[in-house]
Amino acid sequence: CPSPLSPGAGQDVGRSCILVSIAGKNVMLDCGMHMGYNDDRRFPDFSYITQNGRLTDFLDCVIISHFHLDHCGALPYFSEMVGYDGPIYMTHPTKAICPILLEDYRKITVDKKGETNFFTSQMIKDCMKKVVAVHLHQTVQVDEELEIKAYYAGHVLGAAMFQIKVGCESVVYTGDYNMTPDRHLGAAWIDKCRPDLLITESTYATTIRDSKRCRERDFLKKVHETVERGGKVLIPVFALGRAQELCILLETFWERMNLKAPIYFSTGLTEKANHYYKLFITWTNQKIRKTFVQRNMFEFKHIKAFDRAFADNPGPMVVFATPGMLHAGQSLQIFRKWAGNEKNMVIMPGYCVQGTVGHKILSGQRKLEMEGRQILEVKMQVEYMSFSAHADAKGIMQLIRQAEPRNVLLVHGEAKKMEFLKQKIEQEFHVSCYMPANGETTTILTNPSIPVDISLGLLKRETAIGLLPDAKKPKLMHGTLMMKDNSFRLVSPEQALKELGLTEHQLRFTCRVHIQDPRKEHETVLRVYNHLKGQDYSVQHLPDGSITVESILIQATAHSEDQGTKVLLVSWTYQDEELGSYLTSLLKKGLPQSTS
Amino acid sequence: MAAHLKKRVYEEFTKVVQQQHEDLSTKKLRLTKPSKSAALHVDLCKAASPADALQYLLQFTRKPVEVESVEGVVRILLEHYYKENDASVRLKIASLLGLLSKTAGFSPDCIMDDAINTLQNEKSHQVLAQLLDTLLVIGTKLTENPPVRMRLVEVACKHLTDSSHGVRNKCLQVIGCLGPVEKGLAKEGESQAAKDVQKIIGDHFNDQDPRVRTAAIKAMLQLHERGLKLHQAIYSQACKLLADDYEQVRSAAVQLIWVLSQLYPESIVPIPSSNEEIRLVDDAFGKICHMVSDGSWVVRVQAAKLLGSMQQVSSHFLEQTLDKKLMSDLRRKRTAHERAKELYSSGEFSSGRKWGDDAPKEEIDTGAVNLIESGACGAFVHGLEDEMYEVRIAAVEALCMLAQSSPSFAEKCLDFLVDMFNDEIEEVRLQSIHTMRKISNNITLREDQLDTVLAVLEDSSRDIREALHELLCCTNVSTKEGIHLALVELLKNLTKYPTDRESIWKCLKFLGSRHPTLVLPLVPELLSTHPFFDTPEPDMDDPAYIAVLVLIFNAAKSCPTMPALFSDHTFRHYAYLRDSLSHLVPPLRLPGRKLVSSPVSPTITPHEDPSQQFLHQSLERVYNLQHLDPQGIQELLEFTIRDLQRLGELQSELAGMADFTATYLRCQLLLIKALQEKLWNVAAPLYLKQNALASAAAKQILEETYKMEFMYSGVESRQVVIIHHMRLQAKALQLIVTARTTRGVEPLFGMCEKFLQEVDSFQRCFISELPHMQGSFVDKLLDLMPRLVTSKPSEVVKILQTTLRQSTFLHLPLPEQLHRATANIIEPTGESDNPLRFTSGLVVALDVDATLEHVQDPQGTVKVQVLYPDGQAQLIHPKPADFRNPGPGRHRLITQVYLSHTAWTEPCQIEVRLLLAYNSNRSKASTKSPKCAWSESLEALPPSENGIEGTIPFSKPVKVYIMPKPARR
Repeated sequence: CPSPLSPGAGQDVGRSCILVSIAGKNVMLDCGMHMGYNDDRRFPDFSYITQNGRLTDFLDCVIISHFHLDHCGALPYFSEMVGYDGPIYMTHPTKAICPILLEDYRKITVDKKGETNFFTSQMIKDCMKKVVAVHLHQTVQVDEELEIKAYYAGHVLGAAMFQIKVGCESVVYTGDYNMTPDRHLGAAWIDKCRPDLLITESTYATTIRDSKRCRERDFLKKVHETVERGGKVLIPVFALGRAQELCILLETFWERMNLKAPIYFSTGLTEKANHYYKLFITWTNQKIRKTFVQRNMFEFKHIKAFDRAFADNPGPMVVFATPGMLHAGQSLQIFRKWAGNEKNMVIMPGYCVQGTVGHKILSGQRKLEMEGRQILEVKMQVEYMSFSAHADAKGIMQLIRQAEPRNVLLVHGEAKKMEFLKQKIEQEFHVSCYMPANGETTTILTNPSIPVDISLGLLKRETAIGLLPDAKKPKLMHGTLMMKDNSFRLVSPEQALKELGLTEHQLRFTCRVHIQDPRKEHETVLRVYNHLKGQDYSVQHLPDGSITVESILIQATAHSEDQGTKVLLVSWTYQDEELGSYLTSLLKKGLPQSTS
Repeated sequence: MAAHLKKRVYEEFTKVVQQQHEDLSTKKLRLTKPSKSAALHVDLCKAASPADALQYLLQFTRKPVEVESVEGVVRILLEHYYKENDASVRLKIASLLGLLSKTAGFSPDCIMDDAINTLQNEKSHQVLAQLLDTLLVIGTKLTENPPVRMRLVEVACKHLTDSSHGVRNKCLQVIGCLGPVEKGLAKEGESQAAKDVQKIIGDHFNDQDPRVRTAAIKAMLQLHERGLKLHQAIYSQACKLLADDYEQVRSAAVQLIWVLSQLYPESIVPIPSSNEEIRLVDDAFGKICHMVSDGSWVVRVQAAKLLGSMQQVSSHFLEQTLDKKLMSDLRRKRTAHERAKELYSSGEFSSGRKWGDDAPKEEIDTGAVNLIESGACGAFVHGLEDEMYEVRIAAVEALCMLAQSSPSFAEKCLDFLVDMFNDEIEEVRLQSIHTMRKISNNITLREDQLDTVLAVLEDSSRDIREALHELLCCTNVSTKEGIHLALVELLKNLTKYPTDRESIWKCLKFLGSRHPTLVLPLVPELLSTHPFFDTPEPDMDDPAYIAVLVLIFNAAKSCPTMPALFSDHTFRHYAYLRDSLSHLVPPLRLPGRKLVSSPVSPTITPHEDPSQQFLHQSLERVYNLQHLDPQGIQELLEFTIRDLQRLGELQSELAGMADFTATYLRCQLLLIKALQEKLWNVAAPLYLKQNALASAAAKQILEETYKMEFMYSGVESRQVVIIHHMRLQAKALQLIVTARTTRGVEPLFGMCEKFLQEVDSFQRCFISELPHMQGSFVDKLLDLMPRLVTSKPSEVVKILQTTLRQSTFLHLPLPEQLHRATANIIEPTGESDNPLRFTSGLVVALDVDATLEHVQDPQGTVKVQVLYPDGQAQLIHPKPADFRNPGPGRHRLITQVYLSHTAWTEPCQIEVRLLLAYNSNRSKASTKSPKCAWSESLEALPPSENGIEGTIPFSKPVKVYIMPKPARR
């Protein structure tokens, strides 16, 4: 019975961290951090897992679904500072990109904010040494019983869903996934694996999204118009994920429309990441996979590295700059330079946290107070374009339909929204659905099927008796179930006896039936014989005066006291119990009035 | 029995020995019975191990077997089959049996019993499956024999209980292919099994093996294809299969459901878990729609494709496919499409710039939201957004088909199609543009939609742009702003891609003629006229200005008030353009002096009839005047030819017809000239000049007849006869000329012989047409045939000469439609003064872009010829992929020609032209005439008829300036 415990993401977006106990194995799914906190609350509370004893002894493995920090941010802390030495599984792209992000995150917290008691670069390196990389659809045997398998999840490069299987019990953990393809990644896909439990994210539990095409078209049109007017376009982005999608989008558009205006990408982290995007072509969508022989789409022709000095160049240009919320860094610098010109445009491709410049301009503020009491008047156009890579309500339902789980567990979402989805899932699929809070344990009972080995000879013999085997219907067969050395075997009785070194005992039932019959014994026997002959059995009248019906013996003797009563002795072996009891009950009803 | 048979086989094939001796190896020669079957027998007997036997059989498979020996071979194989213990050898034998029974001309009923018998004792499942496959082959060859088929079906039914999936698979296949289709054919004596094939197959829908389930569905579909009406009861079974774990099963089940929905569209099925009932076709539509979001893309493609052909579905269901209820935080949200529409109808022009512009509106009832769509909901929305472009293309195609049959649906799917114009894969974009063009009759584009459509004009792919121009040609635009927008975008396109000139002009021509009233208010602005001031005269050579004028003049055609707005120079430009670009500028009824100089007098409105009449009258005249003096005939013909040529120039619709007849008449004229009596009366050597004239005439007639036959599309067999007849006359003329100029009789024998053969084949090919040819050359010739065959060459020539002179002039009936194949090389233009420089010995690629009209099978016939100044000619076969088909009867050739030459001292011009290749074997007569099956009479035909291949130049040559430089050392 898998029982997921969620120290991290229950009904909350942020730190994803789920603990699953399945058939005695403990697996930790994701090890994320919360971006909103700067104290201890940013990491999951690992003391939940085990009060005493080492984590390595308790956990069988850790699985990381993708490289976003809310799914892998606490990993070095967990493995190096709390102490975990067991295997960590992730896909190849995740393994490649994850340390870049962790290092970047470490730099910001330690070098910029000056925090101490944080993991070091060396710790990140040591942590990555514990990582085992897996391929898509590769079944990895963690130990003798526990196996895991990765499925494609879309969302970001290298994102995967994991199936965890012990014996015949299984859990599928989706991580974050996307059911609609975008410009650089395909859609999540899973086979009909029918897990006992599906743990799915539910960020967009109550949203059904419009098609992506309109948004893309709007985005391109806006950029194109501004560039044609001679304006500059600023697109603040976070370094990984959406940025690459937008790059591909603009790159192909530039190619298609034969545009000449330069596109710049702020350097640093992104260059390294782009390098990995170039390498992991198999993880991208159909178009990129098909055309990479002619040209790798990530080898941008029109997109060049940005230099600080370019911002003052005359003429149109498009610049991708980090960070995405315009709260600091390069994007803010450029924004301040360009904000005064109404020909220019800033496009916010994602959500902005309250308090950031991004949020202010999106909510319509046109005069911003910058540090040093400067007032910045925003004349440039401000656009909002949401490109989200999570599955919406329909997508979640579609995945459930594909996988056909017996239970669903919702995580990574808001409680109120999850409630709606839960109700829908129960209504449409008739499966039970859970939504545990942080730190809450849910226990799910499974109905495990137990595999039993059967010898081919026995199987053939038994199937030969009936009609064709029908997969859909249960079938009755005779045999001895042997439980030996933790395995189940179905063998024929003879073999069981042989193996156990036992001799066969015959168990016979005998039953006396009194019949009022004044006639001679052999005449009674004849009457019984005639009576039974009508049935569908092979009835034989033996010379010694007894009757056999199949293997059942019937003898008649006169009653020692009352000669008018005959005693019928019916005797049968244990195997013929059914027929024997039937015959007895038949004889007990009495013989029909004789006609002979 | 077997021994007897074997003996018979040996006897039969001893005949073959003599012919085969040559190619048999010496080792084989030592064999006493080298016939194939016998050799096989010996080989098989010698085979020490199963592996050896297998080798022999494999070798044997590679050789063809004559029809007569098949049965013998089969007997030998069967004999070995019974003896063989190894399953793989038996398998090979079984497969050989199937292969052999496929031999053309062999009737396999004689081996059927044996094949069935082998099934009885076979233990190996693989061999059983192979044997059943063999039976299937036999059965398909004996389709006209119901009892045999019944027997095979019974055999198959018996093996359906086999435990191997392969055997069951084959059994179902056999039942599907051979099961009885006709009702009431099942007679009393037959087993129950064979009667209800549908039930038997249906039982296997639940087989434990997915391959067998698939085979069962396929067998059912096979039965349907063969004409059996499937029971409606299968529908519910098939629906269950849609949830199968295996994609092949689901894919086949989708097909089966589609078939049933076409068979029983109107019957009523209940909706499970409710009391309602709906039409079967609607239910099936919903189910197939559901499969558009299946996990396997193969199934998705299949489902999306089939949706397109379900036209009986109710509109309510149809429109659901485009519906996807959006929500955000449980509140209803409008789609971007709806927002765009609202913005448009409220008169405000696209803002969409505010954040939260798409903020969700009203709360929705949580109970009413159906997340897993039970019906057709949003099927196309999903299909068009699919990950795989194959699915997207299928969905676009399906949209196209459904929209063509339902105008209201067409209107609704417009937004989605427009969205597809921005797909990342070019094929999908192109497909959606074509789709839009096909349904453009049903729709009118809103301004915002037009805006999106026009944005694609900047695409760097020429195909996309041209498809879009085609689309704009037949689009309805609702407002004058729309027209203006289209014009502005097209002009932008023109400046960015000047090579699109022609296509853009054409597009504007249609745009103008379709929307005259919308263009009218734009005219002053477009021509930049001013009520008080004279504006500078625009440059007449500016393609953009020409584009504007094309739009305006075409609109003015049906808008008589428009010319009043023109300024003086506009009229002048009109006159110029009307002459230079007559295909783009229509005749206008212009006021004042323009009326006189206007090339077509305004009084003629239906101009087609008179010119057609004229054509027919002039032809009548020619055909009637047979008995004038030769001089008169010649003059008349000359005049008529001149008239026809002029007519063709004036009336483009009649050009093909006029040219065709003019060519014919020219042939006739040449023939008459060549036959002028007095020249022939004088002794030959003295009239060398005349001979030259006559032989040249004969040659030219031959050439012209080939042109007539192969360059025109729409030529029917009636015309082909006349053409061939003319060719025959030309050949007769050639014969006569040669007879008169050559000394000695020897060469003449062969020529006469050949000529007579041709007459013969002519007769055979066109026997049905002969009655129409009273008094013609061939008619007379056939009367004299017995005499001709026996007489000497000199006599033959004499007879021919008189017949040729006496024979009448055949009336050339005109077909309904006749078009001359034309080609126009757009690129290279031949205007460039800058030579194309390249290093000698290396190649340079020359882009060739040409339009072809009325060319049938351009991939096979059109060639590019390059002529170098030294007389060297090069013939290039363009790749099939270089031809595009933008419309019916039109093709476009965009290819690259590689040039190379040794070094020249100075640049020189080469000529590039297009040729139409023909081969008289592929003559239209040969394919159309039922009397003449070439495959049979091929040997009987004269060799000359077999292989005349030639080329007809059909485009103007274009000169290209090139300069191969010597290589630098």
